[in-house]
Amino acid sequence: MHIAVCIKQVPDTKNVRIDPDTHTLVRQGVESIVNPFDLFAVEAALRLKDAKGAKITVITMGPPQAGEALRDVMSRGVDEAVLLSDRAFAGSDTWATSTTLAAAIRKMGDVDLILCGKQAIDGDTAQVGPEMATLLDIPYATFVKAIDILDTNHLKVARQTDEGAEVWKIPTPCLLTVIKEVGEPRLPSLRHKMRAKKAQIPTWGIADLGLEPESVGLSGSFTQVVRVFSPPVRDDRVILEGSVSEQVEQLYKLLKEAKVPGI
Amino acid sequence: MDYFLTEEQKMIQELAYQIAKEKIRPVKGELDEGEEFPWEIMKVLAQSDLFGLYIPEEFGGMGGGIFENCLAIEQLARECIGIATSFAASGLGAYPILLHGSTELKQEYLPQIASGERLAAFGLTESGAGSDVSGIQTTAVKDGNHYVLNGTKQWITNGGESEIYSVLAITDRTKGPRGATFFVLEKGDPGFSFGKKEKKLGIRASATRELVFQDCRIHKDRIIGREGTGFIAAMKTFDKSRPGIAALGVGLSQGALDISAEYARKRVQFGKPIISFQAIQHKLADMATKTEASRALVYSTARYMDTEPSDSSKVAAMCKLFAGDVAMQVSTEAVQILGGYGYMQDYPVEKMMRDAKILQIYEGTNEIQRNIIGQEVNKEYGRKKDTFF
Repeated sequence: MHIAVCIKQVPDTKNVRIDPDTHTLVRQGVESIVNPFDLFAVEAALRLKDAKGAKITVITMGPPQAGEALRDVMSRGVDEAVLLSDRAFAGSDTWATSTTLAAAIRKMGDVDLILCGKQAIDGDTAQVGPEMATLLDIPYATFVKAIDILDTNHLKVARQTDEGAEVWKIPTPCLLTVIKEVGEPRLPSLRHKMRAKKAQIPTWGIADLGLEPESVGLSGSFTQVVRVFSPPVRDDRVILEGSVSEQVEQLYKLLKEAKVPGI
Repeated sequence: MDYFLTEEQKMIQELAYQIAKEKIRPVKGELDEGEEFPWEIMKVLAQSDLFGLYIPEEFGGMGGGIFENCLAIEQLARECIGIATSFAASGLGAYPILLHGSTELKQEYLPQIASGERLAAFGLTESGAGSDVSGIQTTAVKDGNHYVLNGTKQWITNGGESEIYSVLAITDRTKGPRGATFFVLEKGDPGFSFGKKEKKLGIRASATRELVFQDCRIHKDRIIGREGTGFIAAMKTFDKSRPGIAALGVGLSQGALDISAEYARKRVQFGKPIISFQAIQHKLADMATKTEASRALVYSTARYMDTEPSDSSKVAAMCKLFAGDVAMQVSTEAVQILGGYGYMQDYPVEKMMRDAKILQIYEGTNEIQRNIIGQEVNKEYGRKKDTFF
């Protein structure tokens, strides 16, 4: 089985600040990390490898320094890595990103399973996984918490939804986005760390992927971020005090005064 | 300070500290409180390849030496020397096999120890034989191709948790120091059982138990080296392992300094952070200086010892003595800097102070280290031709 894991390098949101004047992320001095949800996808792939044997290739699209994210997951036991990097990819929205990643999966040819984290902690869209599956015309399942290999062409996966758990039989090749219940990401091992340090990671650009310039990057994007801003701090808040029933009474009065429909 | 580590050595440090920070820090308090053996952490360390740092590649290890092992131990010890002791004690149990074992014993046991699949332990101390190793009462009597062991080992680190034990027993009392022999014992060998788990002042996550031998019959192939070489093997093992104990001290000192310095910068009294007061600054200055000095001594000793010198006893004892004493001093000062907070179990330094005390006691008390150093100094100067008088 060949498993491809798609990861993203993101700023460590524990340390992110927004510039109050320009309303953009202050990226200076902010450490980049592997999107934490993607580490669960890596762990899910490694567990399948431990149980049944598999080759795992990790891919990411990003600037050359995103190679560090690839080496990080290689140090945890991933076999190979590919970096998708080209000036033409700059400014990609989720669609252009999916187009680029899907092209890489096609180029790899023999992928049986694609694993992604449920979403990235910077954009929080959760779109890239499903979009890739759609572009590749393969089935997908989101919010997966458990994966079992049923037979050579099928997986049994459990999805966590707000209503409860669903168990699916899904044919391969397919794409799964996973949640933290798949298992705690393992730490690196020294042998893998040494291998990752020395690994030659191939970089694929627009020509390698056979993509047209208008389908990738900013020009291949349907959406553009025109402004990033912090929501204004609201100072008109009221904190209710007293017992629960007293608070309910006050709340009812306030909602009525505010002429909230239905009250 | 830059100690000019190789790329690989830096990776060992980085990986060990990542484990300390991400895996040990969140659970150390709970494990200490519950006196619970850190099996989860041992599994993480096994998967990380760190158990095999000092074991040759042909036996499944990483092919490093004492220095590499010390680098890992130091980083783990920044968070908890109870857990780091459990890790390091496996190495102590492995050394007799590594130094003196037959190829068969090495092939059988070292790969399991290197992978962390099984932990090792070292069984020497008895109720009447601590600093005075010659007081050992456990006997191994030859019976055909077997030996029959009887006796009790006391305060054995990793006792009951480990599966592989290097145990010293008297095979011929009439031969004095040449009458002791090391054997490999396995958990589950008939006649080999464990006493109760001891309650301790510190390093409470590590397990300390008695090993009890009652007509425990094992094959002569389990002898490490030759009959009668036990005392020499024990002394050589201690020479190899003492820098590791010293590394526990360096890590603990660094951990205590890190917390104290951050606290002193944040704690405000009389309208100022307390680090602005000379009384606190001087304490931190002494702590930082002693920590760096002990690191420098341990690193240079470990590097020297990896060249297989013939005169390692003195330097091995020096670094164990110095780093252990420094850890006790630095952790005591850390509690003082944190004041009332330092004394409370909600803050991490009281545990460091309780833990540090063992560094002056186990693997040869610091008084025994001074004896060793003193005797070596006497011998060294006895050989000198040059005279001042």
